[in-house]
Amino acid sequence: MMEEQADKVTIISWSGDLDRAYPVVILATTAAAAGMEVTIFSTFWGLLLLKKKERGVTGTDWMTKMLSLMEPGGPVKLPLSKLNMGGMGPWMMKKIFVKNNIPPLEEFWKMAVDLGIKILPCQMTMDAFGLKRDDLIDGIGEPVGAATAIAEAAAAKINWFI
Amino acid sequence: MSEKPTLVVDAKGLVCPMPILKAKKAIDSVQIGQVMELVATDPGSMADFKAWTRSTGHELLEARDEGGVYTYVIRRKK
Repeated sequence: MMEEQADKVTIISWSGDLDRAYPVVILATTAAAAGMEVTIFSTFWGLLLLKKKERGVTGTDWMTKMLSLMEPGGPVKLPLSKLNMGGMGPWMMKKIFVKNNIPPLEEFWKMAVDLGIKILPCQMTMDAFGLKRDDLIDGIGEPVGAATAIAEAAAAKINWFI
Repeated sequence: MSEKPTLVVDAKGLVCPMPILKAKKAIDSVQIGQVMELVATDPGSMADFKAWTRSTGHELLEARDEGGVYTYVIRRKK
């Protein structure tokens, strides 16, 4: 008998803002839990969310190292697109999240990997920020380009740019 | 009338999407044809469990609301 074809979902994770980073992982893990095949293409600020927490300064030359100092990446200390107020907003939001039992982002990424979600880092962003494969969390796919993201999207029923 | 669940999952105090993620893990751990029960307190879960069983094809045998405590009884179908 033919295996039933699962619905496909692709998400372009572009933003490093807390209020976009959460919807990415919430929608992705929920779609995977509903039996759908999920691909996340992580690009630009969204790619920096995949940096290992303990990685410290990364980069391949002085400019990318400087960038890394200014924007260390990783799933912590993300700003809000609104009500950021110099970090007050995210600080309060984090308190509320803890109170409401909402797991931290890094845990969501682990769940995403465990659920078999295909996470594809953008090669071009990796080059721009001087990031190496080893700077990113484990369990994600090999770096790819826009053509792969487009091909994945063309085969999917749901495509989101977040 | 109601069937004894093979597995009972406590998702009380958890908010979206955690009850669904717990349900997915739980349903994968029972055999096809067996029944899983999940208890939640998230008010949004009533709509979400109906939608989730619709997308996954598992059978929602019961969805009870007992004063803000929601119980879902689900049979694994595949």
